[in-house]
Amino acid sequence: MTRWVLRVVMALGLLFIYVPLLLVLVNSFNGDRTFGWPPHDFTTRWWTAAWNNGGARDALWTSVKAGLGATAIALVLGTMVAFAVQRFKFFGRDTVSLLIVLPIALPGIVTGIALDSAWRSVIEPLGLGKGLFSVIVGHATFCVVTVYNNVLARLRRSGISLEEASADLGARPGQTFRYITFPMIRSALLAGGLLAFALSFDEIIVTTFTAGPGIQTLPIWIFNNLFRPNQAPVVNVVAAVLIVLSVLPVWLAQRVAGPEAGASRT
Amino acid sequence: MSTHAIALSGLRKSFGPVEAVAGIDLEIADGEFFSMLGPSGSGKTTVLRMIAGFELPTAGTVSLSGRDVTKLPPYERDVNTVFQDYALFPHLNVIENVEYGLKVRKVARKERRTRAEAALDAVRLGHLKDRRPGAMSGGQRQRVALARALVNRPKVLLLDEPLGALDLKLREQMQVELKQIQRDVGITFVFVTHDQDEALTMSDRVAVFDAGRIAQVGTPEEVYDHPATSFVAGFVGTSNLLSGAAAEQLLGRAGTFSVRPEKITMTAGEPANGVVAEVIYAGPVTRFVVDLDAGARMVVVEQNRRTGTKSLSEMRGKRVRLTWQDEHVIEIGVNHAP
Repeated sequence: MTRWVLRVVMALGLLFIYVPLLLVLVNSFNGDRTFGWPPHDFTTRWWTAAWNNGGARDALWTSVKAGLGATAIALVLGTMVAFAVQRFKFFGRDTVSLLIVLPIALPGIVTGIALDSAWRSVIEPLGLGKGLFSVIVGHATFCVVTVYNNVLARLRRSGISLEEASADLGARPGQTFRYITFPMIRSALLAGGLLAFALSFDEIIVTTFTAGPGIQTLPIWIFNNLFRPNQAPVVNVVAAVLIVLSVLPVWLAQRVAGPEAGASRT
Repeated sequence: MSTHAIALSGLRKSFGPVEAVAGIDLEIADGEFFSMLGPSGSGKTTVLRMIAGFELPTAGTVSLSGRDVTKLPPYERDVNTVFQDYALFPHLNVIENVEYGLKVRKVARKERRTRAEAALDAVRLGHLKDRRPGAMSGGQRQRVALARALVNRPKVLLLDEPLGALDLKLREQMQVELKQIQRDVGITFVFVTHDQDEALTMSDRVAVFDAGRIAQVGTPEEVYDHPATSFVAGFVGTSNLLSGAAAEQLLGRAGTFSVRPEKITMTAGEPANGVVAEVIYAGPVTRFVVDLDAGARMVVVEQNRRTGTKSLSEMRGKRVRLTWQDEHVIEIGVNHAP
């Protein structure tokens, strides 16, 4: 009895999350300009329109650049901090760990305001105005966490015995990193990087505060065009693209982290 | 011999306030099968890790073949280790694991393949060279670890409880194999174990570790028959310790003495001097726990040659007479070495 109740509740919960998303996807092919339901016309008109919409394409490109930039920073910094925290003992280690994780919990509006005022009062006078770079830095603050957590978990689980074995067999530190450590954390880097990209790709609040003039990421473009009635069909298409582009890395990250985690436990 | 394969002098290691190794002086000869025996936490593994170069001693020196290597990193020492958990590289297959040491030392591809295959054949795993370690049994992994270390032809092979994870049958089989391999390759083996049977069976010499120090070094016979301390007597084999009043009454001497369980004869004869408190049947032998009237508890081991299981259980509570020959009474702490 309870089993059935739980199943129904779960089904309702999943429906509640995913039906609206499905609706967006379906509506992007809906022939009716006012999205009458049920849809009776199938069309790819909106997709063509979206493809030819310069603003949307520029925004997509900006989003990709911002995502790649933030992911690159996250990969380098996240990995370095994970190694420092896991392999070395130093004063304030736990604090550093907390400070790295914190930005993901901070409200985006706070991060946004803080970065905005910091940029205007400290960095702009140095001659570097807000632009794409400030968006990348803003996203990196919370993207570092995903890489950090993934790599840290991997290092914790694998321990140092493989690296000791490598040194014992005559490998110098550089060789040990290349042949043993890097393959060991490779899938964690991939998973963390994909999640970081996904996080950056759909970010809107921090982006609003850090974007320089003329910098528009895809979510911002959607937000700006949402209330223009004649743009509505194109917004639907862009949202559908955004869904696919966000889901894909997360799904890949899970697949990458999953089987590997099982195999290395043997 | 002029230079020793390994020489440790004044070796100490502290982890914070804990002194894991509290002053070790030891020389291990070339080609020796040397065991470090002791309970967990006695410092034997830490000593091994200092020889391998994973730990820096707090004080003292480590020399290999007369060369001071105390401060050298592991990759500059001519020793290889077989780890307790084997530490095989999970993303490499068996032959790549075995080749690893040759590859990082830039041995040509063709030569290293030949040598790795020979090493795998020597541990009888030539047919599994394309497997991943994850798809192998504990005994097979153990052999891969051995081949991976031996293929580098080190001067010294360090083995950290390498048989610990194997079941009894496989353990006994591997003990024989290890000993044979050591004889064939002729290099020094340093074998860390907490299993006294293993140490006694395989070693040329044994060092018994107690609380970060070496309590005794000697051949298996010396350590077993002439334990230097009551700790050694108790840890290596089962030992009946007699001291104080009981010793004076039974042996007519003051001091601490040990009599091995298998050296004691138990009869129903008169005058009886103890009562059977416990009977433990263990297949080929039976252990009797006897409370002596003189106030000591003795363990007696008897071969189950005549006795039936039924009569054994009836022994509990019976009065018996324990006798032993005077030559089998060992005074602890007195050097009997020939």
